[in-house]
Amino acid sequence: MELIDFIGIWIAAFLTLCIYSFLYRDNPFYRFAEHLFVGMSVGYTITISIYQGFIPFAWEPFWEAIKPFWPGVPREAGWSGLWKLIPIGIGLLFFGGVSPRYTWLIRYPSAILIGLGAGLAIPNVLRADIFEQTRGTVEPFASINAGTLSIWGILGAILMVVGVVCTLIYFYFSVEHRGPVNWLSKVGIAFLMIGFGSAFGNTVMGRVALLIQRVDFLINDWIGSFGALF
Amino acid sequence: MLSKLINLDRRIIFILVALAVIIPTLLPLNLPINVSNPTQRIYDYIDTLPAGSTIMIAFDYGPSSMPELNPMAKAVLRHCFDKKVRVIGMTLYPFAPTLADTLIKEVAEEKGAVNGEDYVFLGFRPGYEQVMLRMGTSIASAFEKDYTNTPLTEIPMMKDITNYDQIDLILDLASGSTTQIWITYVNVKYSQQIAAGVTGVIVSNMYPYLQTKQLIGLMPGYLGASEYEKLIGVPEKGTEGINNASPVHVLIFVLVVIGNTVFFIQRRREE
Repeated sequence: MELIDFIGIWIAAFLTLCIYSFLYRDNPFYRFAEHLFVGMSVGYTITISIYQGFIPFAWEPFWEAIKPFWPGVPREAGWSGLWKLIPIGIGLLFFGGVSPRYTWLIRYPSAILIGLGAGLAIPNVLRADIFEQTRGTVEPFASINAGTLSIWGILGAILMVVGVVCTLIYFYFSVEHRGPVNWLSKVGIAFLMIGFGSAFGNTVMGRVALLIQRVDFLINDWIGSFGALF
Repeated sequence: MLSKLINLDRRIIFILVALAVIIPTLLPLNLPINVSNPTQRIYDYIDTLPAGSTIMIAFDYGPSSMPELNPMAKAVLRHCFDKKVRVIGMTLYPFAPTLADTLIKEVAEEKGAVNGEDYVFLGFRPGYEQVMLRMGTSIASAFEKDYTNTPLTEIPMMKDITNYDQIDLILDLASGSTTQIWITYVNVKYSQQIAAGVTGVIVSNMYPYLQTKQLIGLMPGYLGASEYEKLIGVPEKGTEGINNASPVHVLIFVLVVIGNTVFFIQRRREE
């Protein structure tokens, strides 16, 4: 084992144990690891954003655009790059927020972002999450009509429609929940609870996976590295 | 007895959970793994692709989701390289580039895959839908260079790949909402086939898309990883993980039952 790997494993093991020490109670070791994690995450994100976002999409286009006007650079390099200054300029308006006097400048890039985002999202989201899901809910009935669905498939299709309708009724507040509406909304609650139970079970699986990986690391990598000490 | 259970120190539960993880790690279980239909569908899709096809793998997760998603990524990469399916790696997640690059190189070295010919890793670009939509027109407009700063025009395997038209499948390995964004913008707009491997935390949100075939397949957490490892015949971290997770799942099930039983008994007594 190389020295750098050995040191890395020991630092990782120390920080893992610092974090898990919180299970006993809050303590300085936990807080040290927590602060280190937050600081490193922010630093890493900023660095990555600068090198893979800011430099290729703002800094380099900016220099390309103004290069033809730089002393010593032939003018025939062209003016066509100048259009790249427009989005960069609009982006710079976000910095209006640092001065209370110019905060209003933020409205322009915000309006463009919101308008562009909504324009892109509305048709696609409607199709992906409303039309396709509605089609998916009723489509099995075409198979029932064609006689190609098994008895379990038919039950599943009916159950799905009942679940969708009852859950929607639960969230429908324009009618008072009394009588049949109340009963249907209670069925909707049952479907919601099953959904939450499934989400909880899967969340447990995900969280346990993190614990298993750390225990695996501590037992196999960290304790395994003890041999290199002697 | 009841009051003891109600006032049970939570640290005892932590110790029980720790033991339920440590013991199977030291004494491995070999529980049978049954491959579910959603995982099988991803395997079958990749398995039937002809040599020279291309799949794009989006590594949309960070180190905190590595235990579940790295085994999936490894298994799929092994499958692709064995089948001579070319792989384009990329990420929309700032924490992913280093781990994805390391992982691809590791599997490529094991399988003798060559960078630039059998695979390429494009790295990270900020912006989700903007990057996806730009790649729909031209991948090079979103990623002018790959992760090693080689221009895409100089990479042999990218010479005949311009946009999604030349990509047979996008596999999103995700710990957040990126799969829904891939579906919304790339499946809807470009009719691109999409599959997903996701963490257990978000898998419930994905099943509606699977049912409508907006996802051609789905790998759920450790379970999906272990199933794919079984399909390619290389049991590794996913298989170990699901074997170690099973006793904890049983323990948590028992604790939930005990907790609810105690709750209802106590409520009845109070009434």
